[in-house]
Amino acid sequence: MKVGTFDTRSGAIARALATPKGVIAGGWLFLVVFVAIFAPYLTPYDYDIQNLPNAFAPPSAAHWLGTDEFGRDLLTRIMYGARTSLSVSSVAIGISVFCGMCLGAAAGFFGGWFDRAVTVAVDLTWSFPEILVALILVAIMGPGVTGTMIAIGVAYLAQFTRLTRAQIMAIKSETFVEASRSLGAGHGYILFRHLLPNALTPVIVAAMLATGDAIILEATLGFFGLGAQPPTPSWGALMSSGTAQLFKAPWIIILPGVAVAVTVFAINLFGDALVRALDVRAGLREA
Amino acid sequence: MPDPLLRLQNLSKRFETPNGFLKKPRSMLAVRDVSLSIARGEVVGVVGESGCGKSTLARLALCLLEPSGGSVSFDGADLTGLRARELRRMRQRMTMVFQDPYSSLDPRYRIADAVAEPFAVQGLPVPAGRIAELLSKVGLPASMADSYPHQLSGGQRQRVGIARALALNPDFVVLDEPTASLDVSIQAQIIALIQGLQADLGLTYLFISHDLGLVRYFCTRIVVMYLGAVVEELPDPQAAPRHPYTATLLASTFAPDPAERKQLSELTDEVPSAFDLPKGCAFAGRCPKVTERCRVTVPQLSDGEHPVACFYPL
Repeated sequence: MKVGTFDTRSGAIARALATPKGVIAGGWLFLVVFVAIFAPYLTPYDYDIQNLPNAFAPPSAAHWLGTDEFGRDLLTRIMYGARTSLSVSSVAIGISVFCGMCLGAAAGFFGGWFDRAVTVAVDLTWSFPEILVALILVAIMGPGVTGTMIAIGVAYLAQFTRLTRAQIMAIKSETFVEASRSLGAGHGYILFRHLLPNALTPVIVAAMLATGDAIILEATLGFFGLGAQPPTPSWGALMSSGTAQLFKAPWIIILPGVAVAVTVFAINLFGDALVRALDVRAGLREA
Repeated sequence: MPDPLLRLQNLSKRFETPNGFLKKPRSMLAVRDVSLSIARGEVVGVVGESGCGKSTLARLALCLLEPSGGSVSFDGADLTGLRARELRRMRQRMTMVFQDPYSSLDPRYRIADAVAEPFAVQGLPVPAGRIAELLSKVGLPASMADSYPHQLSGGQRQRVGIARALALNPDFVVLDEPTASLDVSIQAQIIALIQGLQADLGLTYLFISHDLGLVRYFCTRIVVMYLGAVVEELPDPQAAPRHPYTATLLASTFAPDPAERKQLSELTDEVPSAFDLPKGCAFAGRCPKVTERCRVTVPQLSDGEHPVACFYPL
């Protein structure tokens, strides 16, 4: 008999991986994360050493995915690009989830003028597309990895604030909250032991799906030259450099694009499997 | 009455609709000037139709709602004047069982956690074996401790709710229609359990129900509410009703023997809106014995053994 554990989510990733969708998507995501972390050990070339005589080499045994305009190995640069893409997008979503949950929980729980202020601010940013918010912020803060992270983080803040607020407001009126209050529970206990744990599941799923969007947004900012600065590769920046040689060396724009597309698709697929696996009642099916 | 455990004095609760755009806020009195004393060991039933303020009264009695007027004292201490910390300590001694067993348990809490929540909230250690003891007290196997609420039936969940309410050995328990959301066959079991626990542990109950027949079955005293006010206090459950409303309530309970069944409902009109109470007796519009006097003046609750708020008691 365990007292003090509130855990039905722990098995969710395992349950998600037990589905065919989950295995394929999870497998790809694991590969990308693995490559991103161990890129320096896995790549035979340096990502930043130029080799001009070998520029625009098509895919070959030596360079599986060919080389770019400076003769750098494209596979190496895509693998290093995964680092930038994944770290920027996950840190950015981390920022929006954390700040959005704090704002949304406080607004939904306490209500009043704070709730109204947050709602107005959130609705205001909600009325702009994320890309516009991010572009404005990067323009203010200047291009670079940190600026991109903050810009994407703020762009998705509204989504998580709204989601958390709506969840908290719905759960707040459940009888078990009143029951807890009748036992003497204060605001802190109710918020952290009842409301937030129950609000977390949809936030996890939304965060997963938003990470996919954030990768696209990061690639877009990179494509415009506002993300990671050269020579640090990012998927967006790689595609951008490929535009100039669209017909001469199409692999430079196509292959990083494929990496973005497949990764985002895998994230959505895995998010889908996670939705099913996270449903508490779904536990009945395995019994 | 010598030293009541709970004393409600002239308790009122007013609710207001929020300020809308171009809309005047409206207010209603959910509970109007209710006084009630409950002695240790008593089982007091509060009956009335839905919307009569009985659940609001239950929440006022436990200070879960702030009264708009009047006072609540528990074991001599004025609850409305207590500071948060003192009120929290007091909540160890007075608890509540809720109507809906489906939403009264957090879906993420295992049964053991739900039953142990009073300890967690009060910052007390859980004595070894206490959870299993509580579960067996309410007739659940100890093996259920690791289950989640969705794996339990409605009746089992309500037993968990009762175990949670009893975890800290309270003196006083408010039962807010604990059987209203259950199947009829389960209702009897839960009532028997509640009754047995009261006798074993010497508990004091405030039992809220819309079912006069059920309340007459096991309460020691019955308070009848209509539109926020007490209209009659039956000193013992079998006492003959004196208020026409109580009489119609009683007439509308099903008798097991069809031959004994009276006309089911003599009430025709709708309950008046609590936002717009009639000038005189709130029951005047539906009362079979209404006179002009009833429509103009509000009858006050009489004193004595069997108080009733009617000009023409039966």
